[in-house]
Amino acid sequence: MADASAKQVLFEPVFNNNPIALQILGICSALAVTTSMTVTLVMCASVIAVTAFSNLAVSLVRTQIPNSIRIIVQMTIIASLVIVVDQVLKAYAYEISKQLSVFVGLIITNCIVMGRAEGFAMQNTPWMSFLDGVGNGMGYSILLIIVAFFRELLGSGSLMGTTIMPLVNDGGWYNPNGLLLLPPSAFFIIGLLIWGLRAWKPEQVEAPDFKMSRHKVKEAF
Amino acid sequence: MAKKKETVSRTLGVALALCIVCSVVVSAAAVMLRPAQITNQSLDIKSNILSAAGMLESGMGAEEIEERFQEFEIRLVDLDTGEYVDPERVGVSDIMKYDQYRAAANPEISINLKPSEDPAGIKRRANIAKVYVLRDNDDVRRVVLPIHGYGLWSTLYGFVSLEGDANTIEGIGFYDHAETPGLGGEVDNARWKSQWQGKELYEEGQDEPQIRLVKGGVGSDAQDREHKIDALSGATLTSRGVENLVNYWMGDRGFAPYLNKLREGEV
Repeated sequence: MADASAKQVLFEPVFNNNPIALQILGICSALAVTTSMTVTLVMCASVIAVTAFSNLAVSLVRTQIPNSIRIIVQMTIIASLVIVVDQVLKAYAYEISKQLSVFVGLIITNCIVMGRAEGFAMQNTPWMSFLDGVGNGMGYSILLIIVAFFRELLGSGSLMGTTIMPLVNDGGWYNPNGLLLLPPSAFFIIGLLIWGLRAWKPEQVEAPDFKMSRHKVKEAF
Repeated sequence: MAKKKETVSRTLGVALALCIVCSVVVSAAAVMLRPAQITNQSLDIKSNILSAAGMLESGMGAEEIEERFQEFEIRLVDLDTGEYVDPERVGVSDIMKYDQYRAAANPEISINLKPSEDPAGIKRRANIAKVYVLRDNDDVRRVVLPIHGYGLWSTLYGFVSLEGDANTIEGIGFYDHAETPGLGGEVDNARWKSQWQGKELYEEGQDEPQIRLVKGGVGSDAQDREHKIDALSGATLTSRGVENLVNYWMGDRGFAPYLNKLREGEV
């Protein structure tokens, strides 16, 4: 991948190599923070910042990191960045940081961040690594935003907190689908999105792990 | 070069350098952002209190919230006697620093509740509570009381605001809970909360609070409708929790002694 252009590094992860849809990473937070668009956007911005800067930092020191402690080094860098992001949110977006609660902290365990640091930043130049971080963050974000769009619209009848369909509870006509406010619904939406994406780009379909053999035994009837 | 990277002293050196750089970054962020965070937290509590009292309008800025909040007189109340106490008794210099929920863990200033005395499921209760009083000249116009108790999944924390008669509910609001979104989470629904306005806690001449959350709505001719509130649909246990916690906090082991004194004009 050393000869990949900057544009490729940046946009490849959005649809062609989406971290959630193709690599199936980072699902935990995709379920937890997608009940409202505003919260999701803040979470996405945080993840983009953390992946980009952790990639940049890891890449800057990549020639110095002893191989035996490289995972610990990456983890420490990621954890420090996540704490900084959490502090910034608490200072400047208090309401949203309350709603995100532990999930900002859990960016540390988001496999996308660590995966990119280990898989890309350790072998590439700082600038490319930074772009790769932004790209993967965007790939994560675009999926989360789509999921949040459907969950908030159908689950609470609103978008970004603005009422689109007035709810029965508030005297309107729309009877919200409560399932969409619960985590399992994100699985359904992500599943449908992966299906859609693979129908559009068939090269992403994985080869089957096994094939059913023909039924040979004669049954006794 | 690859070999040189792997010596023990080098590994330790890199680890040490990394730790120093990272800790400097983290502590710098924490220290620099601390004032803004503290402002946010206190603003959050203040707007929750205003919101329970029905005094929070959407789009109110930080300064307006501070200004409205200034109207409140903050007092500490001994729950057993119903008397006001000095902040010194709980060992704090600034009354805003007293945290009732933290105090509940301190055996010197809190009591253990037996299961039979504890319908709200709070286990321990601080002896001293912080209340917010709004006066008009000398008459109490409004009093905002902290309440909390167990719902279905979580402890709900909130405030209830009473009118000057210490009986009529002005508003209620929960600022922290983790009930099911869309079902128990509807305790945040403004329409549902608006039903509480004008409800009465006590029956004439009785000490026991009578709030009931009933299924199927409260008709305009329902018996005792001044004590009844429509329960949350699909959230029986959250509704029961809210009923229990309101009755607990307005009862004997909660604010009843204080409210009695307030009604008599003794405090």
